[in-house]
Amino acid sequence: PCRTRCCVPSALTPAMNCRAEVLEVSVEGRQVEEAMLAVLHTVLLHRSTGKFHYKKEGTYSIGTVGTQDVDCDFIDFAYVRVSSEELDRALRKAVGEFKDALRNSGSDGMGQISLEFYQKKKSRWPFSDECIPWELWTIKVNVVNLANEQERQICREKVGEKLCEKIINIVEVMNRHEYLPKMPTQSEVDNVFDTSLKDVQPYLYKISYQITDSLGTSVTTTMRRLIKDTLAL
Amino acid sequence: AMDTDLSSQDRKDLDKFIKFFALKTVQVIVQARLGEKICTRSSSSPTGSDWFNLAIKDIPEVTHEAKKALAGQLPAVGRSMCVEISLKTSEGDSMELEIWCLEMNEKCDKEIKVSYTVYNRLSLLLKSLLAITRVTPAYRLSRKQGHEYVILYRIYFGEVQLSGLGEGFQTVRVGTVGTPVGTITLSCAYRINLAFMSTRQFERTPPIMGIIIDHFVDRPYPSSSPMHPCNYRAGEDNGAVYPSVEDSQEVCTTSFSTSPPSQCVFTVTKAHFQAPPPVVTDTLKVPVMGLAFSHQLSSSRLSYQPAALGVGSADMGYPVLFAGGLNAAHPHQLIGPGKEGGVPPIPSQPAHGTQADQERMCTPLDGVHYSAATPSSSEDTETVSNSSEGKCGSPHDLLETIFIRKVGAFVNKPINQVTMANLDIPFAMFAPKNVELEDNDPMVNPPDSPETESPLQGSLHSEGSSGSSTGNTHDDFVMIDFKPAFSKDDILPMDLGTFYREFQNPPQLSSLSIDIGAQSMAEDLDSLPEKLAVHEKNVKEFDAFVETLQ
Repeated sequence: PCRTRCCVPSALTPAMNCRAEVLEVSVEGRQVEEAMLAVLHTVLLHRSTGKFHYKKEGTYSIGTVGTQDVDCDFIDFAYVRVSSEELDRALRKAVGEFKDALRNSGSDGMGQISLEFYQKKKSRWPFSDECIPWELWTIKVNVVNLANEQERQICREKVGEKLCEKIINIVEVMNRHEYLPKMPTQSEVDNVFDTSLKDVQPYLYKISYQITDSLGTSVTTTMRRLIKDTLAL
Repeated sequence: AMDTDLSSQDRKDLDKFIKFFALKTVQVIVQARLGEKICTRSSSSPTGSDWFNLAIKDIPEVTHEAKKALAGQLPAVGRSMCVEISLKTSEGDSMELEIWCLEMNEKCDKEIKVSYTVYNRLSLLLKSLLAITRVTPAYRLSRKQGHEYVILYRIYFGEVQLSGLGEGFQTVRVGTVGTPVGTITLSCAYRINLAFMSTRQFERTPPIMGIIIDHFVDRPYPSSSPMHPCNYRAGEDNGAVYPSVEDSQEVCTTSFSTSPPSQCVFTVTKAHFQAPPPVVTDTLKVPVMGLAFSHQLSSSRLSYQPAALGVGSADMGYPVLFAGGLNAAHPHQLIGPGKEGGVPPIPSQPAHGTQADQERMCTPLDGVHYSAATPSSSEDTETVSNSSEGKCGSPHDLLETIFIRKVGAFVNKPINQVTMANLDIPFAMFAPKNVELEDNDPMVNPPDSPETESPLQGSLHSEGSSGSSTGNTHDDFVMIDFKPAFSKDDILPMDLGTFYREFQNPPQLSSLSIDIGAQSMAEDLDSLPEKLAVHEKNVKEFDAFVETLQ
């Protein structure tokens, strides 16, 4: 649930210095989860560091990030993700909800899932803290229905190739070395990073999604999910 | 002039970063072509030797080869570090698949902070490399290696040579990092013309021994190509092992500072290891076959001196053996096991282009036990559990690599020729012919083309696709989504109720549907004498028939 105290919904915050990237994929229903996970994990691989350990004199050391290969079952594709079960669970939960919402929306199956990286800016009481996004990834999904196994086999390969292209696109964006939040002091670290996981430390992020109905307009309820809420009350 | 802007400490740090970045780059690339899934643990406590804050294991032989190729130099303008990935079939044909290039250009970024920004960006670049190594066509090929072909690597330093990639090769850029002494770029050029393999249009090079990159595979490796375990070696009695990165005195613990944000505190510690530093000299001793060995190799020098290391075998050739008549147009530097501390004895007979010969060369001689070299490979039955704080125990635990075997998209499964009748699904006979069948595990990829085809055709078909053949092989086996019997949209498009009704009330057998009213008993009796007469006439035939049944 969205806790209104913690941040202003980013739709209302002017997206200054927030770069936005949009990726589009057409997949079969059973490929949605794996395709989304592949993209989200690839982005988060680049946007996670090891855990910070602050020492005296303002120095800190950084833990180690492990990685692992993931094979897709319904797509001829493999990707690398950060070795963190907590992070994987969080992403699977979000993607699972997205997939269910897509399925329940009807046969057209169009929607998008967004991964937003933000910084928190503390405000004095009674104003709530601001969430300022600095990078937004949107994946537009179009679910196709296939008639027979032969088409499905071709789809496995085609979607695999498409995902390879998406990974290359993501890496291109990452390589631009554009704005990244400044490395925070110990008191500020929770405004920049999600420190709730025990093995890795991604930048603060939230995942939301929208389902488009067949007319191309947003469904009345724009469902917003806050997966990680670091300002636990 | 550019050096005056950089403090000497910064310069030292930068050189060290670039050196270890190059070594880690090679590790990532080679490990991505081993054919196995890679898995390393995250560790919240810094362990002190994970360069760039990433858990990338160091395969000692690979580090050794990379250091040999670099020979103490760093990538600079005109001097690039290249990792060439090639494929070699069991018949000895080989083909270059990819060249990964780590280059340096002249564009300097004087303002950038070495110990902080450059370091972090190099870390990001390694992550990008991890991602990109899985999306080029060679990745899928390498996951299927072992039966008909293997994947080899070669490291060289100097000018990039892309001519072996065939026409129309593509390039992908992994990324760049600006530094005060130049901009580091990492890219990959890869072949897209894999169709050549099936028509054997490439030159036939003599078989080449090289490291077969399936270093961490479970032992014994069941049915793999016999070309391999040249690089398996035990914890040997002479105690010589490859120097791992930790062995060298270049472990770096980095601390970062936020106040002021640009400062970085560096502490360099020596790792505590018992293994003696390797003795490597620059002399190349190759008592092999009088081949003009050195000029066949590419520009890097090989360092090997078995005698000095107390290895007894007198006829120990350089473990990398060239077949006669090495094609000069393809200077294949062999990444031999080239171990500094001792060489698995290999007979120095030349190999002549047959697989049998290669098998012979790979047979271990007297008493050398082959097993995976690295300490943590015994953990390959381990799966990744919740990646909690990594073990900060023995140094060998620092970088654990756990390989998980999972039946997934890239498994090279034995070919199952499945026909409709063999499949254990209910009422398979009634399923329409064009439906496809799959293993009961829906997560298993459909099998590849049958083994009876040309070994190259099935695996290496068009555009590096997953290798599942199209077209004609659909006639050999069929695949089906496994769904519960009688469910909707199943083989038979009917629901449970309809199914039950139809199959509980089968039509009468035609043989039983006698129209009784048409015949009377009298007619039967009347026709009997006629019938008997016919039977008596043919009695001999009947007798003969009965005899055949005895």
